[in-house]
Amino acid sequence: MSLSQRKSFSVFPAIQFIIIIALTFVLSVNSFAQEATDDTTSVTSVIIAPPTNLLVEDFEYDDGEKLNLIWTPSIDDQPQVGKVTGYQVFRVTNDDVTTKIAELMPGANNFTDQELDKDSTYSYYVTAIANGAEASSVTTSPISPQREWVNFGLTNLFVIALIIGGAIFYFIEMGKRGKKLFVRKIAGLEAVDDAIGRATEMGRPILYIPGIHDMDDVQTLASLTILGRVAEQIADYDIKIRMPVARSLVMTAARETIKASYQAAGRPDAYSDDMVSYITDEQFGYVAAVDGIMVREKPATVFLLGAFFAESLILAETGNHVGAIQIAGTARPAQLPFFIAACDFTLIGEELFAASAYLSNEPKALGALKGQDVGKIIAAAAIIAGVLLETVIQLTDSESAATLLGYLRQAFTT
Amino acid sequence: MRREIPLAITVFVGFLLIISVFFPPVETLGEDFSLSFDIIAVFAFFLGGGNLIRIHLKKLARRETDWMFSIVTLGGFILMLTAGLLKIGNPGDIATSVNTEGMLFESIYRSVFVPLGATMYALLAFFVASASYRAFRAKNREATILLVAAFIILMGSTPLGAMATSWMPESLSIFEIPNLAVWIMSYANLAGQRAIIIGIGLGVVSMSLRLILGVERSYLGKEG
Repeated sequence: MSLSQRKSFSVFPAIQFIIIIALTFVLSVNSFAQEATDDTTSVTSVIIAPPTNLLVEDFEYDDGEKLNLIWTPSIDDQPQVGKVTGYQVFRVTNDDVTTKIAELMPGANNFTDQELDKDSTYSYYVTAIANGAEASSVTTSPISPQREWVNFGLTNLFVIALIIGGAIFYFIEMGKRGKKLFVRKIAGLEAVDDAIGRATEMGRPILYIPGIHDMDDVQTLASLTILGRVAEQIADYDIKIRMPVARSLVMTAARETIKASYQAAGRPDAYSDDMVSYITDEQFGYVAAVDGIMVREKPATVFLLGAFFAESLILAETGNHVGAIQIAGTARPAQLPFFIAACDFTLIGEELFAASAYLSNEPKALGALKGQDVGKIIAAAAIIAGVLLETVIQLTDSESAATLLGYLRQAFTT
Repeated sequence: MRREIPLAITVFVGFLLIISVFFPPVETLGEDFSLSFDIIAVFAFFLGGGNLIRIHLKKLARRETDWMFSIVTLGGFILMLTAGLLKIGNPGDIATSVNTEGMLFESIYRSVFVPLGATMYALLAFFVASASYRAFRAKNREATILLVAAFIILMGSTPLGAMATSWMPESLSIFEIPNLAVWIMSYANLAGQRAIIIGIGLGVVSMSLRLILGVERSYLGKEG
């Protein structure tokens, strides 16, 4: 054996030894790591019970696009101490495609699957999940959502609407035939003439604010119907009207309304597009601009009629500060106290909607107001009956009274 | 025809929307019409923006009273429009929202517009004080009742109110100020609110029927 051979012989075992040691070390580290991981799994994994009694049923009164799921939560889903961290809902379609459709909080026991196809079938299963663990309910039998043509769940609403609508039709017909209909005096509307007269005498403008909502709000529509009446008088008296608005569509509609009123009053030449101006859609930007107009132009009369929110008091107080006579009205109960505190006259809720009919004094429109009273009679009768029945139940524990009260509640619940 | 066509549309859409409540196959009509309205409203914005520019340019040209404010209005309008349309300072691609942090539009909105809006909102505190002062003056019977009720509710919301009547025996606990405040809010106030809400509901029904049936046409102007 040569020296070189001997040398190489002596080098190989050394390298082999180093490799073996290194491999042993690496494997041992891996094995320790594996053990650690296994250990972690054994610490964090839990066993949980699945949700049970999963039931799928057709959603009542829809167009065949919804299914209702209801189940009993896992017994390991307990408040505070429960192991379940949530639920997952899975849908299986008739072509065996499974999709997770919802992740729900612990305690959930129902879900409505929407936007389904009534010509397909669907199966469902729900899994309860915990840290690293999952327990699945059984999969339900396939079911298709059903279409219902009529929503019989709203029969009571339909009947009430029919009675009130019928009464309104009836009184409109009575009005047409010339029957005298009594409508109580509304102080805020009686004051409209005086308010416009005051502006004429003082030679100052009238400021008309139709709220901050768009034309899809019935309060804005009510406001514009009143504007139609008011603008005719304004045209007659030749007073300046300023109408800053917060919505472009309201601007267009208000211009048309005022223009038509000026034409009806025989003064189309006096109309100008500048009477109505768009400010901004932003609530407080609009308020700042309107407050500025009030302070600079000092209007004699301010109408605040429409949908108002937090800006109601800022506008009304500024109007009060500049000494304007103010007529306000809104159907938002939360804003009414502010208007009552800061304005001279306030149209409370329904009075805003009655205003146009009241101002026109047209028999047909007044007939519609009378028809409304039938609705009030129904509401008052139901409230009195409810109070009496509840009192009888409290005093006598009567079961028949409780049944009657149940029917009454059902009649007014949708 | 100028009045007949809008009336015909109102009657048709009105009845369709009533029907959609009771018949599930057409129940989404309400949402569809609402979506159409939103689309029309977006286009109408051009009318509003155009009107804003026209009015303020006219004011500037004629040097009308307070014309300097028109410079601020037009300057702000053009600045925000440019910053938004050109997405100045855009940290992402063209699809990035104008509300993304770092954009000029967002920076101006956050550092100028929001504080200005908050300032206007904060004014409410002073207006509440001045309106309350006027409303709560005991000038007649109704105002006196209002004053007493407001005083009880205010006291009932403070620890002082609870302390002032805590000595009362259990049998008279209803007269403790916090309990009185709850009673006023839950019975007297709620009954009044509900009466107003019922009236509003019926008012909306009547108003809607008047519009749908064409009895109410004043928003279209009177026949000349």
